[in-house]
Amino acid sequence: MKVRDALLDELAQHTIDDKPYWFRLDRRDFLKLFGGGLLVCLADVSTWAQESGRNFGGHELPKDIASWLHIAADGRVTVFTGKVEVGQNIRTSLAQQVAEELRVPFDTITMVMGDTDLVPWDAGTFGSRTTPTMGPQLRTMAAAARDMLIETAAARWKVDPATLTAADAKVTNPRNGHSLTYGELTRGEKLMKTVSGEVALTPASDWKVAGTAVPKVNGRDFVTGKHKYPSDIVRPGMMFGKVLRPAGFNATLVSVDTSGAEKISGAKVVQDGNFIAVAAADASTAESALSALRATWNVPAQPSNKELFALLKQPPATQQEDRGPEHVSGSVPQAMASALIQLHQQYTVQYIAHAPLEPRAAVAEWVSGKLTVWTGTQRPFGVRDELMAAFHIPVEQVRVIQPDMGSGYGGKHTGEAAVEAARLAKATGKPVKVVWTREEEFTWAYFRPAGLIEISSGAQHDGTLVAWEHHNYNSGPAAITTPYNVANQLIQFHPANSPLRQGSYRSLAATANHFARESHMDEVAHAVGMDPLEFRMKNLSDPRLRAVFQTAAEKFGWGGSKSTSQRGFGIAGGTDKGGYVATCVEVEINPDKKIKIRRVVQAWESGAIVNPDGLRNQVGGAIVQAIGGALFESIQFANGRILNPHFAQYRVPRFSDTPQIEIVLIDRKDLPSAGAGESGIVGLAPAVGNAIFAATGTRLRNMPMAPPSAASGETVSMFRS
Amino acid sequence: MADFVLKVNGTELHVSAPADESLLFVLRDRLNLTGTKYGCGEGQCGACTVLLDGQPARSCITPASGAAGTNITTIEGLEQNGQVSPVQQAFLEEGAFQCGYCTSGMVLSATALLRKTPHPTDEQIVAHMDGNICRCGTYPRIIDAVKRASQSPAKAGGQ
Ligand code: FES
Ligand code: FES
Repeated sequence: MKVRDALLDELAQHTIDDKPYWFRLDRRDFLKLFGGGLLVCLADVSTWAQESGRNFGGHELPKDIASWLHIAADGRVTVFTGKVEVGQNIRTSLAQQVAEELRVPFDTITMVMGDTDLVPWDAGTFGSRTTPTMGPQLRTMAAAARDMLIETAAARWKVDPATLTAADAKVTNPRNGHSLTYGELTRGEKLMKTVSGEVALTPASDWKVAGTAVPKVNGRDFVTGKHKYPSDIVRPGMMFGKVLRPAGFNATLVSVDTSGAEKISGAKVVQDGNFIAVAAADASTAESALSALRATWNVPAQPSNKELFALLKQPPATQQEDRGPEHVSGSVPQAMASALIQLHQQYTVQYIAHAPLEPRAAVAEWVSGKLTVWTGTQRPFGVRDELMAAFHIPVEQVRVIQPDMGSGYGGKHTGEAAVEAARLAKATGKPVKVVWTREEEFTWAYFRPAGLIEISSGAQHDGTLVAWEHHNYNSGPAAITTPYNVANQLIQFHPANSPLRQGSYRSLAATANHFARESHMDEVAHAVGMDPLEFRMKNLSDPRLRAVFQTAAEKFGWGGSKSTSQRGFGIAGGTDKGGYVATCVEVEINPDKKIKIRRVVQAWESGAIVNPDGLRNQVGGAIVQAIGGALFESIQFANGRILNPHFAQYRVPRFSDTPQIEIVLIDRKDLPSAGAGESGIVGLAPAVGNAIFAATGTRLRNMPMAPPSAASGETVSMFRS
Repeated sequence: MADFVLKVNGTELHVSAPADESLLFVLRDRLNLTGTKYGCGEGQCGACTVLLDGQPARSCITPASGAAGTNITTIEGLEQNGQVSPVQQAFLEEGAFQCGYCTSGMVLSATALLRKTPHPTDEQIVAHMDGNICRCGTYPRIIDAVKRASQSPAKAGGQ
């Protein structure tokens, strides 16, 4: 039996190609920067390496420093981390955890995030890793800092540190009531400590700041328009850049005539190989110059949605290392032969777009050979590497700054706009801003992988599953293994040559694998004549997954009323990245086969809750985002072109698509906190498909299940949404 | 290039821009009012919503020169004497955002709705706001925020 870390694998397979560089600031310089105070550095605990027992992306993980924390003489606490805020609320939830362990008021903490000159190296913000890894790291550092402050006070007072207490940013001697604030303790000092060992952390059951619904940091800046997103950055003398896009994917440039654009006053044309772009003092002039460019491209013939799934099933042309199955146990063929009920089904998932509301954007500036880029990315250090490679410059000549951005959902791992802006800035000698249009974002970003999934299963009449075979072609191995008890299993992911550029997406392939598995579980339940919930429970022993199923079912009133031809009830659930989810839905189907999701109840558990309000917001957002992929989102493509690169053609969930949503959070204070930004998305699609079946007897095995029009190559759904 | 005067958040500002340049570009790039967002440039997402004489408008498809003579309200103009408006306050209290990129447009659309319909039903909120995309999926909280603002005592005149 072979168990692999599907998350690491999947990320390595897609857009992650890491060349980790070591943090370049000397620690002493860093303290100089602050002019004193207390500085605590956390020696890297290599949580990734410990978990996976191997390297990440083929490179050693950095072993230097994982994070910094500084306490200034005025008591201000500054925490430095390479994680970035993209709407998942970690600027707030991480600060809560520091406040908790350090025993300081929440609002004395400033988080410095995603600035490659100031923060330690970090692989990026993805895979729900922030809460389970960065959270404990920051807590460890804060607890160590607290101990150090107590020791400093003990030395001044010449008492035993064990007799002192820390609270509200003060160390107090309870015997005589003397106290010193942290600021007073660090004033005039240059205290440094590197922590690597274990430090006792405050158990979640004793949390006072962590575990509470602290409102989003700087929330006011978001409702007043003051917050500066990457696309809002302005630099003195800044120009606006536009890039000429090829006529299709994999196109080669035949010829280009730039004379028309060059005649436009104030426009500068830059050509460097296939890169043709313009810059001007204002965006309108840049646009005019762009449309004055005349280029001829050779676009090779390329596949469309029609050939997609046949293509994905072909073995990749470039022979990859044989991965072998993700999981094998017993013998599937033997178990299938003896099973009384056997099912073989195929499920598909189309490419979908992240479509973050803020498209890719960057402002680049060169000053004395040093490049600084402000850009929206989930991987500032990855973008730094891209810039170093593109401009052949060493690490100290690049700085990437990531202002809290207009989200990403896994779609902003790369630095295209950063490289483009930097190339134009280099050519013009001015800072340059590049903001992608919506059409560019829909076309030249990357997509959630399409996938073909085949499942074969065998069960006995009493509902015992005996065989389970699951093959995923192209979409990925995340959450591919089944949480149900099946003695005989064969589970395998098959990489394929994707016709479109594909990459990470909220929850990766966990959505596709859950859609297939949980739809199939429903099919087997109906085949053996059991209630879908009862059938799952019969084959499930994981207590955490059982608990979310029970909780969701109770809240929903599962089994209370029977599905009719116009109203269906469905259930689905699963686990991924440390989160456990169960989703019940009520779907309405009107006589002309229009589907409306009326009600969703979702139970969620991811260990101890750090911020219940932020968590609820993430889980709710995941449910709404899931509606798009489940019912109508699908990238249409042919011959190297995207056919629906606008919101008018590519439908995303809106107010009118939003059902009544009830979220039940289970707070397991006895368990470590896991990330929650992603896996809340996996339950909805299969639950909706199951509900449609319960109402109509029609099984929908292709996502999206009710596309707006019979798109080419999609199995035509009889339903609309 | 055309020269014209725009009245933005109560202040008259001189603008020199191509006659067909969008109000969105003029606000963001020429007047440095970056609270108004670009989401699609095609009137499809509502991120760029501003108020023209109190009516919601998609600034990305409104030529700036055409907005001369109207009272333009952007997200930067809702605060009064350092106080956020009841709609802004309700968004804060409901935590009705995640990345917040849609928030300016949502707040202005909601402000326009409450001026016209002080106590909207859920259906009226959905119908009025359906052109505004929140890709983070915060819709239920935004609906709650609009309802909360509709009950705010400070609502009259303060929006
Ligand atoms: S940017 Fe104006 S509607 Fe999208
Ligand atoms: S909060 Fe991110 S788009 Fe609405």
